[in-house]
Amino acid sequence: MGQIFIKRLLVTIPTLIAISIIIFTILVLAPGDPLGEFASNPAITAEVRENIRRSLGLDRPAYIRYFKWFGSFIRGDMGYSFNSRSPVAELLWQRLPTTLLVVGLAYIIGLLIAFPLGIISAVKRYSITDQIITTIAFLGFSIPPFFTGLLFIIIFSVRLGWFPFIFNSTLQVTDWQSLIAQIRQSIMPISVLALYHAAILMRFIRSAVLDELQQEYVRTALSKGLSQFAVIKSHVLRNALIPVVTLIALDIPTIFTGALVTEQVFRVPGIGALLIESIYRSDTPVVMAITFIYGILIVLFNLIADLIYAVLDPRVKY
Amino acid sequence: MTVIERQTSSNLWLDSWRKFKRDRPAIFGLITISIIVLAVIFAPLVYTTSADKIDFLASSSPPSWQHPFGTNDLGQDQLARILLGGRISLAVGIASMLVAIFLGTIVGAIAGFYGGVVDGVLMRITDLFLALPQLPLLLLIVYLFRESMKQLAGAELGVFILIVLLIGSLNWMSVARLVRADFLKLREMEFVSAARAIGAKPTRLIWIHLFPNVLSVIIVAATLAVGNAIITESTLSFLGLGFPPDVPTWGRMLFEAKDYLTSAPYMAVFPGMAIFLTVLSINYIGDGLRDAFDPKS
Repeated sequence: MGQIFIKRLLVTIPTLIAISIIIFTILVLAPGDPLGEFASNPAITAEVRENIRRSLGLDRPAYIRYFKWFGSFIRGDMGYSFNSRSPVAELLWQRLPTTLLVVGLAYIIGLLIAFPLGIISAVKRYSITDQIITTIAFLGFSIPPFFTGLLFIIIFSVRLGWFPFIFNSTLQVTDWQSLIAQIRQSIMPISVLALYHAAILMRFIRSAVLDELQQEYVRTALSKGLSQFAVIKSHVLRNALIPVVTLIALDIPTIFTGALVTEQVFRVPGIGALLIESIYRSDTPVVMAITFIYGILIVLFNLIADLIYAVLDPRVKY
Repeated sequence: MTVIERQTSSNLWLDSWRKFKRDRPAIFGLITISIIVLAVIFAPLVYTTSADKIDFLASSSPPSWQHPFGTNDLGQDQLARILLGGRISLAVGIASMLVAIFLGTIVGAIAGFYGGVVDGVLMRITDLFLALPQLPLLLLIVYLFRESMKQLAGAELGVFILIVLLIGSLNWMSVARLVRADFLKLREMEFVSAARAIGAKPTRLIWIHLFPNVLSVIIVAATLAVGNAIITESTLSFLGLGFPPDVPTWGRMLFEAKDYLTSAPYMAVFPGMAIFLTVLSINYIGDGLRDAFDPKS
């Protein structure tokens, strides 16, 4: 296990370097001044601007700038935000836990919904139950999460008044009351994401379980007199999980895309909302750092999926 | 008589169409998408209300006979805007699909046909693209290059080309993998050895002998890619980073509507339903096609 982990970890490093080169190349190729607002500010003379450029190292060739940027990035120095003048790393550390919490909770709830439904749907293939479940799943992944989010706001906030409209980011959890308020305002963003993931996962699980149910070992187990529940629980499920994990790994970028959009709909103060804000304000250092952080998160979760895969399937050798 | 029957039933395309016809959701999708496409192309000829006429007296009014889908905050007719936006969304969807399919087929065909080192390199690149943070990267590139594309090709066309190329070049990976897998299987078959034995060049082998055999896989992937591209474009517009504000794409209309959810919820419902119905129909057609082309089903 440890050996697999180290080998996979070594494979992720070139991927991360490639992603960082891609992001940096895009920035270098981009027209316009990386100084953003400083370049168009009439109060700054040409001479001062030249000094700023030199102090930031913008007169050096691109590859040297890349090495300096990458070198300081891995040491945790992501530069300063043009807008708030505070270190980018600080801004990110404030926002990252929220994003991870929302993504994580939504994914776990999505899995909890998708597993029973996917299995039922596969076992009772072509029944009315199966048709209802698959139709709902189909509708669920055809609705983009931003539209589900708006519909949830219209139905549950505007019409029914059950949940607050906009996420209050200044809320501090100090006692029961504020904890309940925090849960109440988190329900809508998390459930929008959870339903979206549940719809996608349900389809993966259904088709994986269906494939397994047709295998001969299932027939053998059933003819041995095991109950259907026992066969599914101890034989089918583990085998069906292998393709499911592969599909989940391919789907990881979608998970973060969905989270980014949902954060924006409900004004949840995560890194996705920060990315959009920073783009509006042309805050290039923050935009760069967040894009790369998303890359790191995707690679990291891919690594986790690979490890789960190795645990599930003892045939896998690296 | 029997000869003719045998001939028609041995045709892959006719066979698949027969299976497709029996798939009710797929037929529902086909009918819905046909209605949407026809409406988007021809309805503006009949429904002549202007999409940009500003009328503050009628701002954010609910659906009525005069404005069947209501109006937005500037009093512009929502139905006319949805029809206009549909043209853009569908055009982006189809154009990005063509880019993605083109790239995916080329990469997959070369990797699968030549194998070895070429395959290894191309598949590593594919894996790298699969690990890219797609939406953040898309936002970053649109943010950095939008202005210069506007100067290069005009506000609307410039953004159109930029978005189409971007969505296409971030969506080719699944096609490449599918085509490669099929090519790896097919190139070992006897008809390929036969063609090679009579001296067919690699390009001829790829395009005349192998390509027609993966066409059904490509068609399914292409259908689903259109839906995917429409969602991606709407997402960009919804985040306020797609087309310029005066171009009413469906995502843009939702972006504007999200500030009026309390007073005018209908402003969000109609464009959202347009995206939903289009993508749903396309997904149903794609699913139906996959089942229809599958010889096992």
